[in-house]
Amino acid sequence: MNPVDFYNETLTSVPTEHGFYPYESNGGTALAIAGEDFCVVASDTRQSNGYLINARYAPKAFKMSEKAVLANSVFAADGNALVRRLTQRIQWYKHSHEKEISITALAQLVSNTLYYKRFFPFYTQVLLGGIDESGAGVVYSFDPVGSYGLEVCRANGTASALIQPFLDNQVEFKNVQFDDKPRMTLDRAICIAKDAFTSATERDIYTGDHLEIFIIKQDGITIESYPLKKD
Amino acid sequence: MSILEYNGAAIVAMMGKNCVAIAADKRLGVQLMTVSTNFQKIFPATEKCYIGLAGLATDVQTLTERFRLKINMYKLREEREIEPRTLSHLVSTTLYEKRFSPYFVEPVIAGLDKNNQPFICGMDLIGCRDVPRDFVVSGTASESLLGMCESLWEPDLEPEDLFETISQTVLNAVDRDCLSGWGAVVHVITPERVITRNLKARMD
Amino acid sequence: MRAKAEIPKGGFNFDNYRRNVFLEKQGLGLPKAIKTGTTIIGIHFKDGIILGADTRSTNDTIVANKNCKKIHYLAPNMYCAGAGTAADTEQSNALISSQLELHRLATGRQSRVITAVAMLKQMLFRYQGHVSAALIIGGYDISGPSLYNVHPHGSSDKLPFVAMGSGSLAAMAILESRWTKDLERDDAIELAKDAIEAGIFNDLGSGSNVDINIIEKDKVEILKNYAKPNERAVKEQSYKYKRGATAYLKEYVREFIVTEGDAMDIS
Repeated sequence: MNPVDFYNETLTSVPTEHGFYPYESNGGTALAIAGEDFCVVASDTRQSNGYLINARYAPKAFKMSEKAVLANSVFAADGNALVRRLTQRIQWYKHSHEKEISITALAQLVSNTLYYKRFFPFYTQVLLGGIDESGAGVVYSFDPVGSYGLEVCRANGTASALIQPFLDNQVEFKNVQFDDKPRMTLDRAICIAKDAFTSATERDIYTGDHLEIFIIKQDGITIESYPLKKD
Repeated sequence: MSILEYNGAAIVAMMGKNCVAIAADKRLGVQLMTVSTNFQKIFPATEKCYIGLAGLATDVQTLTERFRLKINMYKLREEREIEPRTLSHLVSTTLYEKRFSPYFVEPVIAGLDKNNQPFICGMDLIGCRDVPRDFVVSGTASESLLGMCESLWEPDLEPEDLFETISQTVLNAVDRDCLSGWGAVVHVITPERVITRNLKARMD
Repeated sequence: MRAKAEIPKGGFNFDNYRRNVFLEKQGLGLPKAIKTGTTIIGIHFKDGIILGADTRSTNDTIVANKNCKKIHYLAPNMYCAGAGTAADTEQSNALISSQLELHRLATGRQSRVITAVAMLKQMLFRYQGHVSAALIIGGYDISGPSLYNVHPHGSSDKLPFVAMGSGSLAAMAILESRWTKDLERDDAIELAKDAIEAGIFNDLGSGSNVDINIIEKDKVEILKNYAKPNERAVKEQSYKYKRGATAYLKEYVREFIVTEGDAMDIS
């Protein structure tokens, strides 16, 4: 470079800016299906980064109360931070109101907690499954900044595009023109959840290792665990 | 947005018992605006072999004509119909010739060979062949299609059962993809006949 | 006058280049081609060479093919495992393999590994890394067994054991800890299998099955799917629909005229 250009360059140059990106994608998938008197929340347990597996058993779904399970995907650190914050808020709710939080109130709480960080969001997609005051299964799904809605079935995470149309078809019977559509039983919901995950594991590199299924019923929550492929 | 997503498409081919099926949506769009709901994406190559082209619509039509020329030239030179496997190599080399200035098209080939053995083949835009024994997908709805296929497909489906499976696959997949849908067409190829059906689909 | 239907002469064609640059400037991103993610290895053993590969090919984060072939034929005494852009590895192998065949027909001699390596690296160097093929070439010729790897830019190495692809670190960890000179055949196959499996399980770009090729003097053994550690479990239920589940608007049936007896064979 000639000396004059170098001089001008030094005068006009700005300080070096270092990029800082505080988010990461850790992959993984979760789904929830609401039944008449139950709810099923399933998620895989692989946590990865790029082509590397961070952990083969890092659960994404957590029991929030006796009647609600929360599953989150995308950025694991934010997901875990959100769960910790919510757990504390649920405790406070219990102490100040002397009762367990209902799923409708919990859904609003999740939404508020997410929107509170509107301009530095928790980078996470949230699914909330459980049973409401009338004993019916419900599923709420949230975007990273707290917009939410009530659904019958939902998949989120890296394999959501693979699973969601399958749920539409098998749970909501979309595009099927028969009238005798079978009632959703707990066994069928679990079968669908398992098949959805074994299928997603075949094609999505971020889904695999273990499958955890939370079954939420009036008399409590049970957890079932199944192996998935590890490649 | 990628060039492959400019017009939108969903194509899938499946193997059955002594038969194959190939299905596609019918939308032609310009990004999010739908321009046509009757756009042809599957073209007959021979009596028992069809090519589906997903991707940039201008290339879909250009390549259709180029393949028509090449298939006809093959027929004149060899005095026989081209076999599906041979056709897949022809398509592959045509695409790889343009390795550094590609056509933005991901083809799917489905057909029966001279012994009526089923053959399906998928390809990326520079002609990397994929010849599976179950199903292939292509287009903007490929992830949804893959998830459906992986769950619904099973080996040795009869033509009528294959029709139901491939139809449900394509209908439910395009309903979750905003760039494809607006009707669908299914071809089921058997040794005796080709059954073509226009499906009733959501038009939104 | 130029003939309308001209048979292409071969080589790459850049007809769409200006249009594609224009489309890219419009803000339309270029699509990704299928990559082979890949773990591939090659090792020397007592009487020859072993090549190993996984069988997953990916389109970004989605598996495009669960059981693809990554060990390609070059000559009867020579095989080549490829990583990188799948179309590039396949086509450059096919090109060199055909040139070797013609060379054999012209000279009447067995192909040499070094010839294939030289041809491949010269071709890859000519394209300055744009043909992204990372290759491991193994063969047995007049000078005995030999094993080379070639990088996408055209550099090459001659090594006793090599690993390439996204799973090469996992595979190389196994090879470095267990490879010794003059391994027995069975031990070498086990080592190759374990190295590939390390890639399959620890690298997300690699997966499914293990393919092994064993090349010895005047003998090649191809063990496609030598190990299948990732078979899909049986589904919980069948999703076969009742006939008539799908509504359709129109139907066209095209009947073929099926001739009785054997048709004349014209192929």
